[in-house]
Amino acid sequence: MAFLQAAARRANSFTGKRSRLPYLLLMPGMAFLSIFFILPILNLAATSTQSPAASGEVGSYVQTFKFSNYANAFLESREQFARSFIYATLATLLALAISYPLAYAIAFKSGRWKNLLVVLVVAPFFTSFLLRTIAWKQILGENGPVVGPLRALHIIGQQTTLTASAFAVVTGMTYNFLPFMTLPLYASLDRIDPRTLEAAGDLYANGFTTFRKVTFPLSLPGVVAGTLLTFIPAAGDYVNAAILGNPSTKMVGNVIDSRFFRIVDYPTAAALSFMLMAAILILITVYIRRSGTEELI
Amino acid sequence: MADASTSSRGDLKLTRITKSYSDFNAVDDLSLTIKEGSFFALLGPSGCGKTTTLRMIAGLEEPTAGSIHIGTTDITTMKPYQRPVNTVFQNYALFPHLSIYENIAFGLRRRGIKDVKSAVDKALDLVELPHLADRKPNQLSGGQQQRIALARAIINRPALLLLDEPLGALDLKLRRQMQIELKWIQKEVGLTFVHVTHDQEEAMTMADTVALMHDGKIEQMGSPADLYDNPKSAFVANFLGQSNLIDGKIVDSDGDNFVVDLFGQKVSVLKSRSSAKDASVLFGIRPEKLRIQPSDADKPGNVLTGGRIVDVSYIGVSTQYQVEMPWGQEIMVFEQNDDGIPPLAKGDGVRLSWEPIFSFALDGHEDATAGSEVEVSE
Amino acid sequence: MSTVEVPVPTLPFGKRFTRWFARNTIRIYAVVGFTYLFIPVLYTFAFSFNDSAKSNLTWVGFTFKNWQNPCGAPEVCNALGNSIRIGLIATTVATILGTMIAFALGRHRFRGRSATNTLIFLPMATPEVVLGASLLAMFLNFGINPGFWPTVIAHIMFCISFVVVTVKARIASLDPRLEQAAMDLYANERETFRRITLPLVAPGIAGAALLAFSLSFDDFIITNFNSGTINTFPKFVYVSAGRGIPAQANVVGSSMFFLALFIVLTGELIGRKKRKR
Repeated sequence: MAFLQAAARRANSFTGKRSRLPYLLLMPGMAFLSIFFILPILNLAATSTQSPAASGEVGSYVQTFKFSNYANAFLESREQFARSFIYATLATLLALAISYPLAYAIAFKSGRWKNLLVVLVVAPFFTSFLLRTIAWKQILGENGPVVGPLRALHIIGQQTTLTASAFAVVTGMTYNFLPFMTLPLYASLDRIDPRTLEAAGDLYANGFTTFRKVTFPLSLPGVVAGTLLTFIPAAGDYVNAAILGNPSTKMVGNVIDSRFFRIVDYPTAAALSFMLMAAILILITVYIRRSGTEELI
Repeated sequence: MADASTSSRGDLKLTRITKSYSDFNAVDDLSLTIKEGSFFALLGPSGCGKTTTLRMIAGLEEPTAGSIHIGTTDITTMKPYQRPVNTVFQNYALFPHLSIYENIAFGLRRRGIKDVKSAVDKALDLVELPHLADRKPNQLSGGQQQRIALARAIINRPALLLLDEPLGALDLKLRRQMQIELKWIQKEVGLTFVHVTHDQEEAMTMADTVALMHDGKIEQMGSPADLYDNPKSAFVANFLGQSNLIDGKIVDSDGDNFVVDLFGQKVSVLKSRSSAKDASVLFGIRPEKLRIQPSDADKPGNVLTGGRIVDVSYIGVSTQYQVEMPWGQEIMVFEQNDDGIPPLAKGDGVRLSWEPIFSFALDGHEDATAGSEVEVSE
Repeated sequence: MSTVEVPVPTLPFGKRFTRWFARNTIRIYAVVGFTYLFIPVLYTFAFSFNDSAKSNLTWVGFTFKNWQNPCGAPEVCNALGNSIRIGLIATTVATILGTMIAFALGRHRFRGRSATNTLIFLPMATPEVVLGASLLAMFLNFGINPGFWPTVIAHIMFCISFVVVTVKARIASLDPRLEQAAMDLYANERETFRRITLPLVAPGIAGAALLAFSLSFDDFIITNFNSGTINTFPKFVYVSAGRGIPAQANVVGSSMFFLALFIVLTGELIGRKKRKR
């Protein structure tokens, strides 16, 4: 009966006969996105191959199809590119390591408080993320309560600072993207029927084996979603690097920002943006194909 | 809102209704007439097309071919809200965000009726749940929800009330009680009920007329007694109750009867109860009609000898025997424990007898197991 | 026969402790984890009481005056006002546009379905830097200077996708038989939508709106590119980071936290009460 009903649903809908309603519904939103998303991206592509105008006026460019802009931009900023991806990967892995047990605790060990705890995971989000990042800067800074004791215990040297370092940047990124990792993990862990785990125990699996063979595989969709939702914004982030880092921790985002506002160089900025976007899209596609979850939306 | 709800009455007539999907026909060239005011059951196993048929009557599916009439009105292309038809859904489909009162009043309000209070109160009284008017559906038990779903449909006095396996989710005792109540309500209100179910006992208890469906077609239609006592195909014989079907050959004609040869033994069957197309028949006799006696006993009627009991099950009301006949087939016998005689034992030799009027004959080329398979749920 | 009292054997304390610890490791970890999540929030909240003149970098003394006069520091309330205005406009428009798209995707068949899905997904997969920069570049090309309305437009743009995903999920969980029942009970398509579909999808739409507002309010990167001289709250915080954020900003941040927490918890409690009765 179930497959018949599914077939019926597929073949029939009240508006099944080619009505115009869906197109009317789509039009305003899609038009908006076309104008304010697709068009800018296309425009960016066009800008990326431009050259400075003969007039030498700041900010004016002409289309010259100078594809070498890409090569130049990449060579110039390859260090920042690499750093962006390394930091993003580190932050993602750390976030995964920190979030997974947290999500697990909420999904399986929280009883009546489950919904409250989910809210509490998201709650810090409600304070502006800049305020939180700056809070970390001050907590880990010279005047904060962390550096002093660490130095006194000789865990870090007298000269090392926690802020203005790669360590701080990655830590900040990890912290800021934790909810993006925790929520999808929680969602897919929560879907697991606890009786599946009991069945594993009944079939001679101890705690760790159950986790390895049953829980973790079943939570993979959440892992994939969480890592994507963390990595993508992390790779393009520059706020953490700006607040918690130093000139040697600059990421691609910082470079693009400065090419727009400080050293005005739109073509380079555009080329960098495109390369960043392309790299991320390629990584996503490969990642999704390999982990087999095509349908994320 | 102008619609057909009060204007058309009459018999429901489906003419050559077909619902095709890309690779199969859920409903295949089906025609039937349901008399106004009757309680009609569409019975059949999962996937036979009964729910699809119901949904086409309701307007929730469009037939690929054929037409649907209520009286003289052609409703085939009408939208659901234009038809004088209401449905009680399998999962009740009560609107979760509306109170019970508003759920029941929904249809009346959509038809522009302003003063609904007395009608809603009467509907609640009919299903005996007047105190639940202000609750929400999720606060009610399954049985209560089912009755509210019924009230919500009945209050509109439709020409046709469709019920899609409404009792499926209820436990046994409640289901039996609801079967009686539904039947009573139907008589009270006088509407035409079309009830879809896979439970043959339910169909037979409640309906005036039963149509047994199989693979998108109607196998047989008639009163419950008709279908049970006089099945015209193996599917019907096996689906309703149980039957013993024995391969045989018509060898002679004797007045009103055919003489049938069953592996050397001769029995008779009324010609009027035979659907055989040629000499090859499936001879049918239901287990409860068989009387089992020790081999040397002497009782009237048709007789099969040479049986040997291979299994005995005592079930309180009756005792069930599996009897192996000389040709290898096992025959089922249900004996009511009403004579104080202790049951026969495994290994006993027995003879089976029955009143000839109870036997029937089917086309011998049919599959003797049709309709008797246990459904493996999808 | 007399009963003899046999003492129940207990494990030595050390062993009992390790057993308890092993079983509750995850729970202990969760407590630590949540504490870690809330440290900066608590810090921000604590320092909102700091009696600082200008720079809020070191603790001076406890005072309520920041809370009594949250607009005391220049620019705080201006920036906050802009953020709220932008947030409200962007949320409204994005929610409407996004809900319409969600209904088209969730309840209708049409050609170009997967293309639509891809287009919705792309902004979420694009780094904010690229979104903000490309939009700014296009505005400049057309001679539009960054400012209030370009910011609103940018916010609408990146919020639509999130609204679509949220509302679509809610629509998918809606039992289609409820709408069929409504039509069976003489409600035409419009009435069915108005009385059945919309009320049942409404919580999803509300959730999407809340999400959109938080994304808009908290946005920095895209706003930074497109706001020009208009100040928003995140921009203000970023710029004052060097000098030291005035305590009033902490007041605002903490208030937003409590307000949002209040809204979400109230929603939860209402939902719970509805289910329990």
